[in-house]
Amino acid sequence: MSGKIGSAIKRREDPALITGRGRYTDDLKLPGMLHAAIVRSPHAHARIRGIDIAAAKASPGVHGVFTAEDVNAAGLPGMVPVGWLLPELKTPPHPILASEKVNHVGDAVAVVVADERYQARDAADLVEVDYEPLPASSNPKKTTEGAQQIHDEAPNNIAFDWEIGDRAKTDAAFAAAAHTVEVDLTNNRLIPFAIEPRAVIADYDGDRGAITVHMTTQNPHVHRLLMCLASLGFPEHKVRVVAPEVGGGFGSKIHHYADETIVCLCSIKLGRPVKWTATRTETNLTDAHGRDHVTHAELALDEGGKITGLRVETWANMGAYLSTFAPAVPTYLYGTLLSGQYDIPAIHAHVVGTFTNTCPVDAYRGAGRPEATFVVERLMHLAGEATGLGPAEIRRRNFVRPDAFPYETQVALTYDSGNYEPALDRALELVGYDALVAEQAERRKDRTRPQIGIGFSNFIEACGLAPSAVVGSLGAQAGQWESADVRVHPTGTVTVYTGSSSHGQGHETTFAQIVADKLGLEVDQVEVVHGDTDKVQFGMGTYGSRSAAVGGSAIARSVEKIVEKSKRIAAHLLEASAEDIDFAGGKFTVKGSPESSLGWADVTLQAYLAHNYPDDLEPGLSATTFYDPSNFTYPFGSHICVVEVDPETGNTRLLQYVAVDDVGNVINPMIVEGQVHGGLAQGIGQALWEGTAYDEQAQLLTGSLMDYALPKIHNLPMYTLDRTVTPCPHNPLGVKGVGEAGAIASPPAVVNAVLDALQPWGVRHLDMPLHAEKVWRATQA
Amino acid sequence: MGVPIKVQVNGKTYERTVEPRTLLVHFLREELGLTGTNVGCETSLCGACTVMVDGKTVKSCTQLALQADGSSVTTIEGIADGDRLSAVQEGFWEKHGLQCGYCTPGMIMAATHLLSENPKPSEAEIRAGLKGNLCRCTGYHNIVEAVKYAAAKMA
Repeated sequence: MSGKIGSAIKRREDPALITGRGRYTDDLKLPGMLHAAIVRSPHAHARIRGIDIAAAKASPGVHGVFTAEDVNAAGLPGMVPVGWLLPELKTPPHPILASEKVNHVGDAVAVVVADERYQARDAADLVEVDYEPLPASSNPKKTTEGAQQIHDEAPNNIAFDWEIGDRAKTDAAFAAAAHTVEVDLTNNRLIPFAIEPRAVIADYDGDRGAITVHMTTQNPHVHRLLMCLASLGFPEHKVRVVAPEVGGGFGSKIHHYADETIVCLCSIKLGRPVKWTATRTETNLTDAHGRDHVTHAELALDEGGKITGLRVETWANMGAYLSTFAPAVPTYLYGTLLSGQYDIPAIHAHVVGTFTNTCPVDAYRGAGRPEATFVVERLMHLAGEATGLGPAEIRRRNFVRPDAFPYETQVALTYDSGNYEPALDRALELVGYDALVAEQAERRKDRTRPQIGIGFSNFIEACGLAPSAVVGSLGAQAGQWESADVRVHPTGTVTVYTGSSSHGQGHETTFAQIVADKLGLEVDQVEVVHGDTDKVQFGMGTYGSRSAAVGGSAIARSVEKIVEKSKRIAAHLLEASAEDIDFAGGKFTVKGSPESSLGWADVTLQAYLAHNYPDDLEPGLSATTFYDPSNFTYPFGSHICVVEVDPETGNTRLLQYVAVDDVGNVINPMIVEGQVHGGLAQGIGQALWEGTAYDEQAQLLTGSLMDYALPKIHNLPMYTLDRTVTPCPHNPLGVKGVGEAGAIASPPAVVNAVLDALQPWGVRHLDMPLHAEKVWRATQA
Repeated sequence: MGVPIKVQVNGKTYERTVEPRTLLVHFLREELGLTGTNVGCETSLCGACTVMVDGKTVKSCTQLALQADGSSVTTIEGIADGDRLSAVQEGFWEKHGLQCGYCTPGMIMAATHLLSENPKPSEAEIRAGLKGNLCRCTGYHNIVEAVKYAAAKMA
């Protein structure tokens, strides 16, 4: 099958997945395998007075019951680490099993292992933990206002106090402003909700002192590293982490969870493979949540509607502990994005990260960027109203102009490229804006009729965190490059080993397209291997829309090296100099004498025979690249959402959703569109339905699908997509990343649309999710 | 404690003794090794565990294996005709109706059942017919396209 870059070929992943032959972690059964169930705290905040495991131990089929004492006895360090440090960040210890105090509902206290999973669950219910409940907090702002101290290390429950931009300059802009608009908003807490629950199978080999861990991970090497450094303490070469098929992640399977090492402990103690699969309630209680900000934001504008300043104050809920990348999310992935697509001369943002007795919050699809986009685009909507310029014109007047790139923002980023107005024009055209405005005016004459609302969202994303040195200077405890080992076999077929780790994104297809395109091969001649630390060189994994831009670029660089070497071999065989060899369509020819040529496989075979070969060249044909990008990539887009709001019921119906994205060059447009669709549904879900609720005692009220509303098929429209193409100027493929775009852009597009529909009632703002009751109440005011 | 049951699964008859509380999905996955059917939510809401029992779709995470005694069950493993994919399976592949693939077996079962009752569904009918199945990856757009493709192919 020919699969040039840019062609929408079908995915090679699919035949196994549509026939039920795909193997996810819970599908695996190892010989002698036992099942674990984890005992979790029912209290949000409590001291542990004692744990009685006797009844559980005596329960049928039980092989072992383990607590924090066993972690220490086994010599494991037993701590869940933080992978991103900020200045003066408070990093209280996070033991894999709590022994003195639990800090959120779902905190792990003990683990039970039995012959089969029902027995393990039965026995887990027999573990008696004597708790002394303490007052608990769940709100990121109120937790700093005299709530019960959660960690001794963090006075007033403050994890960090961070700022970016120029406060004095921004205050001056406000003092001189012709118009100002402000909004108090929350960014609702979300449950990532991969349909596949997290799962782990640990298999300890006592003879080798080694352990193999099959698990639901987006980044096997990062998981291995974090386990070896902090929780498990094994040397890295004795740990193999394998990601079988992974059923969605959206960020939630990046992070290192206590459960992973708890299951390892069980296997070490019992000398047998042990499996643990989370129940849905466990995933809702413990999969790191997303968002959860309380924000006050203000925009200053001059007479002509040009923005002169932006001021933002945010309280970011970190939950009970700092999860893997959590400190980066409301800081470097949020504050730095507050310039949006706009030329803003003065910005200041102040973020306070706080501890509460809730599930830890970490990167979830978009990670900080949706929160920033929501702030900026809500303010733009309000500014369009306040200045009378309307949503399109206010944005046009403030776009960074196409000749201003590279553009340095006031919040530390340098946008490498962009051209924002054509995407807005295209979106307006696709949505049929003028006719919609006329229809809206007509409906507004009668407030009892369903009202039309039109919402805009112009977003920017920074993908592919880079380069490593910069990211390190900002606190990352990891590099942000990606690896690729491209091995050409003697017969000319190719195997790619990528450090990127697919969990639905279709790497096996798109990465094969990159190689096939550049070497003139069929895609079927290229195999892609990922997700196994024993097979693949160290890699950083898949998150942050980085796989094509960083992982794909690593592959492209390796292929360049291979072409370079194969040209030298061809030159030797053709008795020409390497500079005179052209390589195209899988053929080597001597410049000016096309009859003098060699096929790809002639050269690859000679690379391994090395019989007739250049003296100064090593045999073999493979190349490894650790690609460290020189900058982030900056995808952008212009989205318009059209809703109909029924004032009788408060119900919102999506009539149209137009998304014009610029993700640079596209490897497989079918996969790119699929990524946009999925992101849109998650963002629309955040705007209209999804809301994680904790009560006053920090009990999770949305512990299952009975209470947490995911977007369903009958709630959503067909989406209208288009693209503009502004290639990334600094990576070899000109690609920028697409995984998070939809989830970043859509919440403000939908919310702006609903509030536009509510304009006749003078409603300025409502917090997400905009479910029917909330909207209906707003129309009753 | 075990209770004997006799169930036909994908055309093959199995006689097994099960603990009464065994869920149908665990019977299929762990007793018969048919791991194509997945568990997503345990509350009948996500549909990842959808199978057909006597021609009707069932959420196998909230049905006991005992209840299937004497029944004929079809799972994702029994949908293709040997190596020949069903029209619905083909539609999901052609139209990129899946990403991570975890909800896909249940989606295909539900879509197969929908088309058996309504061979020419409108977009709204497809959406209504699949509302018991959740997908977190695709935003559903291409699932609708996949079912349309299958309907056209079967016509």
